[in-house]
Amino acid sequence: MEVSIMFQKLIEGYGISLDIFFVTLIGATLLAIPVALGRLSRIKPLAWLISIYISLMRGTPLMLQMFAVFFAPYYVFGITMGPGYMMVAVLASFVINYAAYFAEIYRSGIQSMPRGQYEAAKALGYSRSQTFFRIILPQVVKRILPAMGNEIVTLVKDTSLAFSIGVIEMFTTGKALVAREHTMIPFVIAAAIYWITCLIIEALLRRAEKKLAYYHD
Amino acid sequence: MLKKKPQRKLPTPDISYSSLVGLPAVYLRGARKSFGENEVLHDISLTINRGEVLSIIGPSGAGKSTLLRCLTLLDSFDSGELSYDSIVVCKPRGSELDSRAKKDPNPETGEHTLDIQPAIYDRAAMQRARMRFGIVFQDYNLFPHMTVLQNVMDAPLVVQKRNPAEVEEQARKLLERLDLTEHADKVPCQLSGGQQQRVAIARALCMKPRVIFFDEATSALDPRLTDDMVKLIRSLAEEGMAVGLVTHEMGFARAASDRVCLLLDGRIVEEGTPEEVFDRPSDPRTRAFLASPTKE
Repeated sequence: MEVSIMFQKLIEGYGISLDIFFVTLIGATLLAIPVALGRLSRIKPLAWLISIYISLMRGTPLMLQMFAVFFAPYYVFGITMGPGYMMVAVLASFVINYAAYFAEIYRSGIQSMPRGQYEAAKALGYSRSQTFFRIILPQVVKRILPAMGNEIVTLVKDTSLAFSIGVIEMFTTGKALVAREHTMIPFVIAAAIYWITCLIIEALLRRAEKKLAYYHD
Repeated sequence: MLKKKPQRKLPTPDISYSSLVGLPAVYLRGARKSFGENEVLHDISLTINRGEVLSIIGPSGAGKSTLLRCLTLLDSFDSGELSYDSIVVCKPRGSELDSRAKKDPNPETGEHTLDIQPAIYDRAAMQRARMRFGIVFQDYNLFPHMTVLQNVMDAPLVVQKRNPAEVEEQARKLLERLDLTEHADKVPCQLSGGQQQRVAIARALCMKPRVIFFDEATSALDPRLTDDMVKLIRSLAEEGMAVGLVTHEMGFARAASDRVCLLLDGRIVEEGTPEEVFDRPSDPRTRAFLASPTKE
């Protein structure tokens, strides 16, 4: 098989990898906001419940979580799902797993804000939500960007875990090509594509950080 | 997703009936505050009238900061009464603000006891009071991600929901008065400490308060800037503003204030004009404090 055909097949798989990447990135970024706020909530049982969720997500392998979500309908509820459920299980487990990590980053950012910012806002009469969205959140974004960059780059590579429940993303394709063609070239191409993806993300993050560098506290 | 709640427009301060009949801009009576077992404010009473500058002086640890935090509603008194003009922020339980007292008189005497009852805060009144006073924090607490102009305009727009054109006009006037016009579009980290402090003053004044508090206004200023600060404070008072200064710098308090309160160990031990307090103190504790070499 020609290298160009291998490349073409890998790119097809890459499309699925990107689907997993973007859905997880957007889903987890949003889901992590209520999770972080719940973790910081003054309602103790809620904060406690969410810290258990975060601990569980961080303390068990993502692959195991993915399998759990994948098999749960059958073994727990006795429902047989169609083949489309594979992707759903991947996306669901990725989003809930990454939301836990993101939420911890948000929390550290929120807690790093000096008390004086809250006090100034309070004295000026800002409501709690106005304070959060106008004063705290914009500053938190700047503070957490480096840590988020780390997680986002990790996410690019974690998409390959979907291989283990049979979603045909780029790594699955690469593995199949290697086995059939008896050559390492598909792995080399796949590695290059992962790397280039990460390089692009790093460049975007650098630009974002530069844009937010207009002030320091 | 989130339905926007119709928000009540907060009234912008104007000359009210209460100010015409001469209610003090700030009225505090019988205030107490404890942290655990440790009572840091004992029975504090003070008033600040319109057009008057009151300094609260005292050594570190005397309770000045706690008093200011409670006056500016960042913390709460345990008991006592606090009002801004006619806005009663907190009253002792048993007074008319607390409806429970009506049904629940003292079973032995059948009376409502007023002294040292827990202070009952009225949340709506607190928010209205916040529109009456401004505070300039010791470390300014500007919003670092906003430009100078945004810092000054944001709360009037977002909290008071005032007309943007009117707010901008007022903000630019304030920046001009505080010699900040050329810095309007800079962010706070590009400014010196003194400039940042003036931004904080503009931010407080743009809310059109009737009272302005300064926490250690001169701690970062050289003598020339301290003189400017005194002039600014005097001019604010001349315009009818009530000014509360919390400071440990006696020279500044003497130059800027009409009246001085000396706070020692959570008690006001001396109150009067700067001359009375500094030159003819009546309380032996005041004399001891003024004589001590470490009066910081």
